Amino acid sequence: MRTFAYSRADSVERAAHATTPTAAFVAGGTTLLDLVKLDVMQPSELVDINALPLKQVEWLDDGRLKVGALVTNTDLAHHPAVKQHYPLLSEALLAGASTQLRNMATTAGNVMQRTRCPYFRDPSAACNKRHPGSGCDARDGLNRMHAVLGGSEACIAVHPSDMCVAMAALGATLTLEGPDGEREVPFGEFHRLPGDTPHIEHDLADGELITAITLDAPLAPAGSHYLKLRDRASYEFALASCAAQVALDGDSIGTARLALGGVATKPWRCAEAEAALAGQPATLESFERAAEIALADAEPREHNAFKIPLARQAIVRALREAARLAGTTQEEQA
Amino acid sequence: MMDDSAHSQHSRESQQTLNFTLNGEAMTLEVAPNAVLLDVLREQLHLGGTKKGCDHGQCGACTVHVDGQAMNSCLRLAVMCEGQHVTTVEGLAHDGELHPVQQSFLECDAYQCGYCTSGQMMSASALLADGRIGRDDASVKEAMSGNICRCGAYKNILEAIQQARLAYDATAERGTAGRQEGAA
Repeated sequence: MRTFAYSRADSVERAAHATTPTAAFVAGGTTLLDLVKLDVMQPSELVDINALPLKQVEWLDDGRLKVGALVTNTDLAHHPAVKQHYPLLSEALLAGASTQLRNMATTAGNVMQRTRCPYFRDPSAACNKRHPGSGCDARDGLNRMHAVLGGSEACIAVHPSDMCVAMAALGATLTLEGPDGEREVPFGEFHRLPGDTPHIEHDLADGELITAITLDAPLAPAGSHYLKLRDRASYEFALASCAAQVALDGDSIGTARLALGGVATKPWRCAEAEAALAGQPATLESFERAAEIALADAEPREHNAFKIPLARQAIVRALREAARLAGTTQEEQA
Repeated sequence: MMDDSAHSQHSRESQQTLNFTLNGEAMTLEVAPNAVLLDVLREQLHLGGTKKGCDHGQCGACTVHVDGQAMNSCLRLAVMCEGQHVTTVEGLAHDGELHPVQQSFLECDAYQCGYCTSGQMMSASALLADGRIGRDDASVKEAMSGNICRCGAYKNILEAIQQARLAYDATAERGTAGRQEGAA
């Protein structure tokens, strides 16, 4: 493995001010060390942020839940507030990776994880994300695992996170600390579409550090479900996944929240499908129509067309389960 | 108050001093900034029980406990373990007595070639100590999915974990559980 300098940050402000463009922050290190070993990422310096005071989970006065950047995936999944008020997030976290990796991986690190595209991970392959302008070997290569939504001529790499799919559905805000101070970014605007610049994956500027992710106030009374479809039963990335949250208004759908994973170049909120569900009866027909809308713009390549019906089925099944749970909640409160 | 010199201990390609506790014993080592915990255990400390399989966090053969939690030692820099308690399979038995997981792996024949076994036992022993993980077979299988066994000894591994649970719970009731982390 290549060499790099190593330092430990002792304050958020100094961490954000002292880094250079070729430095990388390290928390869990599960993505970073994997990719440094492959020579895909080549940081000159690692700034270890594990000593920073960013491990709290706390309710804000406005009803939102603020999650520190360094809360591990395991601790967040099992946190009482998350299990009770954001079960969708807990399910998504526990559907991701393995016990060992979840023990290491952090909330902000999960947001920053890199694609599993095998061409991105192979320095000898053409990849516009790893080496801008080199081309994309995935477009006409083995693209069974690749995106059908949000892709471009330059890149069809999938965003691999489960946690982010739940956050896209729940709604959240990132807090960033940088050389120019603190700013906030809505979760849906943080990850970028690849377009002509797939190497620019997110909204972070040089030296900026994610310090917290604040979840929107829980939608209640609601039911939710995270459904992940994959090649093996556990410890595998999604072929298609769906995070669904439904609040009923009598027999009709009041509010629906829907996001997809495994099929898109970023955590994929389905806003049009959500709008189409509002006010409709909570029936199979409504869910199937939402699924059609969500995948209407899908563009398959040679080997991944199967993901389109798979994602539709994931949406229908996740919505059915979310609506069933919402109905149970509604009855309990009646 | 802002003292930039205090920001860090920079040392490109130079050695770093690491203070940590390994299998209950306080230790100070000089390690390179890019030295991976797995390689330090095997090459520098000659503890060969922790295995290198994929070296990318995909197989679980390198699983150790860091402050009691199962982690992939192949994806952790040694310098990141400053001040932490690391336990390897060499630290699982105590005073000549096997950990319940080791005893049940023997009794249930929970291995074939044995290469993944130390990682399996480290995940299993962490699982038994973690009240957040369900006790049923499905929960155990899910929690163990980060440990791959290419011989396919999964059935016996599951049986061994559930058998070890009985002995582990009895030990925990006597108030001596958790001692394997060397934190006592």
